[in-house]
Amino acid sequence: MTDIKAEIDVLPGLDSSARLLEVEDLRVEFRTQVGVAKAINGVNLHLDPGETLAILGESGCGKSVTAQAIMGILDSPPGFITGGSIRYRGVDLLTLPEEQRRRVRANHIAMIFQDALSALNPVFSVGFQLGELFRVHRGMSRQDAKRRAIELLDMVKIPAARQRVNDYPHQFSGGMRQRVMIAMALALDPKVLIADEPTTALDVTVQAQIMSLLAELQRERNMGLILITHDMGVVADVADRISVMYAGRVVEEAPVLDIYARPAHPYTKALLESIPRLDLKGQQLNVIKGLPPNLTRIPAGCAFHPRCGYAQSVCRADPPPQLFDVAAGRTARCHFWTEVAGDEPAVK
Amino acid sequence: MLDSQRTWEMFRYFVRRVLQGVLTFFGATFIVYALMFANQTDPLQTLAGERPLPENVRQALTERYHLDDPFIVQYGHYMRGLLTGDFGISLTNRSIKEMMEQAWPVTVRLALLAIVIAVLISVTSGIISGIRRGGPFDTVTLIITLILLALPIVVLAPLAQLFFGVQLKWFPATAGADPGVYQLLLPAAVLATLVMATEIRVTRASVAENLRSDYVRTARAKGLSKRRVIGVHVLRNSLIPVITLIGLDLGNLMAGAIVTEGVFNIPGVGFNLFRGIRTEDGPLVVGFVSILVIVFIVVNLVVDLLYAVLDPRIRYE
Repeated sequence: MTDIKAEIDVLPGLDSSARLLEVEDLRVEFRTQVGVAKAINGVNLHLDPGETLAILGESGCGKSVTAQAIMGILDSPPGFITGGSIRYRGVDLLTLPEEQRRRVRANHIAMIFQDALSALNPVFSVGFQLGELFRVHRGMSRQDAKRRAIELLDMVKIPAARQRVNDYPHQFSGGMRQRVMIAMALALDPKVLIADEPTTALDVTVQAQIMSLLAELQRERNMGLILITHDMGVVADVADRISVMYAGRVVEEAPVLDIYARPAHPYTKALLESIPRLDLKGQQLNVIKGLPPNLTRIPAGCAFHPRCGYAQSVCRADPPPQLFDVAAGRTARCHFWTEVAGDEPAVK
Repeated sequence: MLDSQRTWEMFRYFVRRVLQGVLTFFGATFIVYALMFANQTDPLQTLAGERPLPENVRQALTERYHLDDPFIVQYGHYMRGLLTGDFGISLTNRSIKEMMEQAWPVTVRLALLAIVIAVLISVTSGIISGIRRGGPFDTVTLIITLILLALPIVVLAPLAQLFFGVQLKWFPATAGADPGVYQLLLPAAVLATLVMATEIRVTRASVAENLRSDYVRTARAKGLSKRRVIGVHVLRNSLIPVITLIGLDLGNLMAGAIVTEGVFNIPGVGFNLFRGIRTEDGPLVVGFVSILVIVFIVVNLVVDLLYAVLDPRIRYE
């Protein structure tokens, strides 16, 4: 894998001392026939090498849109990035010409999708789809590309890689397919990997295998990992930091242990309380009442106030709460964070 | 392991289809023969036209064409000839084999040309319309295809002949004996319109559907150029239904060829069939139809096998 780096065309302005990935005040809207859906309303994220950042939230909170914006694969139209910046090692990806932007994908930032069966092209062998990366980005011959594809399948521990390289996606099991997906994302040795619900479509035992494979590969490569999920259980094991999103905003950001011990935002707290736990067997599970807001009509003030038990009149008034510093490296977007955090811890 | 299993499945499928094809062949020729037989009033009189037919001539001809034998015996005679490559002679006393040797290459040329024109135009414009749905190109194509769909070929063929052949003189108005590609261009284009409208719509729908699929997002995340995403990933998936359609369209093309060849005076299969049906020339019609049936069976088999090559998920069990 050492020859790869030398071949990469260096991005102009790439500054190895700058932060690996920094998203600032990102705004995305979808212009649809029924109105403008404000999917992302000022998201800030950052990521360092070797670090795992989990982005947590319900469906429709903007997790996947954030990921697609970072990758630059937002469907446009209807999706438009209306503000903010995404800097990779100091280079603002949003101002890059399309040709350079394209080279960032797979070479520097790669992505794994949720459902590997539909995310892989059904009519090409996995060998073709893996080798394609080397042929397009490295100008390799078909033969060399195939050899690399076999190496990749070996890397993600697919048995009999030499034979299976000619198989089609539908001939693999769910877990094996997700391994192919991982191999594809890591083919060109990216520095940032975005995994969008990588284990949601898999059964629990396979989930654990895939997560440990991801963690292992991440450690080997000192890669920054953004893990998008709604599964708090997965997060606890692998994440270093958590960003909780609601209605297109990060409402709380904290190191993983802190957030489990003492959530500082009512939404985070409600999420934690909605996890079924063995020690609370037989009791009524606390679920979050109501639904996430319609993104074409996000409530004024704090978007969570209609569902929040702490809400008071200040929460309904614009502007929405700013980020409060809870502790070093910890923020929450709630007027009453002291009360939320001061309450009984959600998880003992 | 899976691959060899699939190859074996495909082989068994192939054998089964060939056997089915043989049955289809006999069934189809039997029906056509029966229809021609039932429709016959007095083919010898039709042949003679207005003139009275002398009794001794009538007897000689009746004997030569086995017209006195019962239907099933006549069919037997015919099939024996057919299977030994003897198509017999038409009622106009010409060798049917010779007629076919002249007619088939012309029609094959015409049909292939029509398919090439149809595929080139419909796949290209289908892809563009599929990518830019609702755009000006899509709208204009929609209107044109609707007009083409609404115009039957009996109207379109003479119109095109009048317009491009007689008035503008871009193409020869009639093709004549042994026509080349240039002479066949206009009739082939007319023939192509017969299937183009549907092919455009199918390509467009297929491209639009595939563009929305997850694997396109993956291909973009892989840093592939837009050209490659569409030209390799989307196209290969989108062509699967189009190819099947082209196989089925061959039937439409053959039906359309009868009219087109008549209008443009092309001495092809349709032309001969048309004349044969009009003159109640049983041997001629059945001979040509038998070959048509074989062409159909073979093309459909090829399309089905091609389908499996294009889509690895297809299994033949």
